[in-house]
Amino acid sequence: METLVAFTVGVMAAGSVYLLLSHNLVRVLFGLILLSNAANFVIFAAGGMTEGLPPLIGLGEKALTGVYSNPLPQALILTAIVISFGLLAFALVLVYRGYQELGTVDSDRMRLAEPPHPDQDIPEPEEPGRLHVRDASRRVENLGSPQS
Amino acid sequence: MLSWYLVAPIAVPMTTAVLCILLATRRDLQRIVSAAGAGAHLVAALLLMAQVWQGGILAGQMGQWPAPFGITLVADHLSAVMVLITGIMGLGVGLYSLRDVDENRERSGFHPLYHVLLTGVTGSFITGDLFNLYVWFEVMLIASFALLALGSEKVQLDGAIKYAAINLVSTVMFLIAVAVLYGMTGTLNMADLAVRVPQVEQRGMMTTVAVMFMIAFGIKSAVFPLFFWLPASYHTPAVAVSAIFAGLLTKVGVYALVRTFTLIFTDDVGYTHDALLVVAGLTMLTGVLGAAAQNEIRRILSFHIISQIGYMIMGLALYTPLGLIGAVFYLVHHIIVKTNLFLVAGVAKRLTGSMDLKKIGGLYKSSPLLAVLFLIPALSLAGIPPLSGFWAKFVLIRASLEIESWVIAAVAILVGLLTMFSMTKIWVEAFWKPHPDGDDRSLSIGDLTVSERVLLIGPIVVFAALTVAIGLWTQPFLDLATRASAELLNPAGYIDAVLGARP
Repeated sequence: METLVAFTVGVMAAGSVYLLLSHNLVRVLFGLILLSNAANFVIFAAGGMTEGLPPLIGLGEKALTGVYSNPLPQALILTAIVISFGLLAFALVLVYRGYQELGTVDSDRMRLAEPPHPDQDIPEPEEPGRLHVRDASRRVENLGSPQS
Repeated sequence: MLSWYLVAPIAVPMTTAVLCILLATRRDLQRIVSAAGAGAHLVAALLLMAQVWQGGILAGQMGQWPAPFGITLVADHLSAVMVLITGIMGLGVGLYSLRDVDENRERSGFHPLYHVLLTGVTGSFITGDLFNLYVWFEVMLIASFALLALGSEKVQLDGAIKYAAINLVSTVMFLIAVAVLYGMTGTLNMADLAVRVPQVEQRGMMTTVAVMFMIAFGIKSAVFPLFFWLPASYHTPAVAVSAIFAGLLTKVGVYALVRTFTLIFTDDVGYTHDALLVVAGLTMLTGVLGAAAQNEIRRILSFHIISQIGYMIMGLALYTPLGLIGAVFYLVHHIIVKTNLFLVAGVAKRLTGSMDLKKIGGLYKSSPLLAVLFLIPALSLAGIPPLSGFWAKFVLIRASLEIESWVIAAVAILVGLLTMFSMTKIWVEAFWKPHPDGDDRSLSIGDLTVSERVLLIGPIVVFAALTVAIGLWTQPFLDLATRASAELLNPAGYIDAVLGARP
């Protein structure tokens, strides 16, 4: 069982790294979601896996007896899920707001905070709300070179 | 009863945040509560410091669950002094923010977020449980995301997106490292880990976990080569926000590194701490060289945060009593000085209209007081005696010479000189050079309103006085750092305080 989970984590991590390396921030977000779920699986596997032995105290007994699955990793995962849900929801809104204001979800075009050349201004889209990703990036590109 | 000293520094900012949310519609009252809450936080921090100074390491088990099963809060001298400095910065920057943060940002929830940030930072310093540390990191992180984006200016969103993306990767790394460590030892209590980690048989795997923690905390503390989120974002938000970030956030990462690499991962020092030493040297150099290329005051200062982080990591990596004394001393000195420089930059912008060095000037002529207030932290940062930075650098370089690490000592001295270069650049461009738009474009401090003078200049004066005080009366601060260092190098006291005396 652990081996299976380990390979699942490996595949998820590989997929998330592929997504994280993208220019497209939406893909980066998906990469983060995938990575945080992979982390949850790691907790699950690291805590030791036992099948079909819930940590329930039997009727009339005072404590757990015999072999039972470890409940702590599940508590940790639950906490981690809640936290990463909050953070990722915020990140999603942040990227969307960034898209509205900057007109792009391409991280390579977001050079406002760190301009490539000191005096260069980044052109602004006119109706950012209505642009598609590709249109937005193309428009920025066109405005960047006044000759075209 | 004693555990109240531990809970109060976390509970006070949390309560203040809740009160600020409840008073969201009543702006004046909210501002008063926010300032009062920051003051109460400082009082709680002072009480904790006094208690630890007199009674030694203080540990409390939350909900009366005995360690290692429940969540433990622990304060040794390092934790206590970090909480105290958080309290001081929290109050100073909190007062500054009353005149710096605009109404729009206040309405969007600046005050609650600010106190949530303080809660997260304080919690990280006090907790004695690794998973709990993760939770406090997240509290701090979500507040810092929101504070960074607050105001939704284009530049801010740009910076915040990069900050968020890289920091989220770091938290996942941290979580995975915690999971693997839990799998190997079966515990998350830091004191218990200190006992059990040496008993684990797979030493290679343990070093791997140590490196995972190093990377996770390394991203948080902006060390080479993981620092790129910092100069991309720290110059974008309101001045008060970037000042508190500059002072506290990366230092939480450094604190976590110091804690884990003195308490838990001390077996393979030859590998982990040597790696940290290389990282420290490269962090110092890249940070200071990055700063030399910049022309915006806050960007210059942001790169200097990175180079200064290198010094603290260097103290940890040397792993000698003197090295750790230097690291603790440097942490305290750096938080005060760096926050102060950002606050001065904010006032400079207010008086001249920009932070771009090419567009401003003439401040020395128009407001000599601000020039002095800039010069004190700037010279301290570069390590000019008798200011606090000199002693911090002196101790660290002395520590490296003692164990004959000539290269790192040379790098530390060189970086000090280059820091001086950057500070001179700000001095010449912003203070000496006439304003490019004519002399009358630079206002003087006298042109500010009375409340602005009190709330903006007041904290700067106090922080500058602290810098001078640490420089002139170094001994008590050095004593404190010595105690902290002794506790870090001999974790038995920490372990006993948490787990109770063991046979």
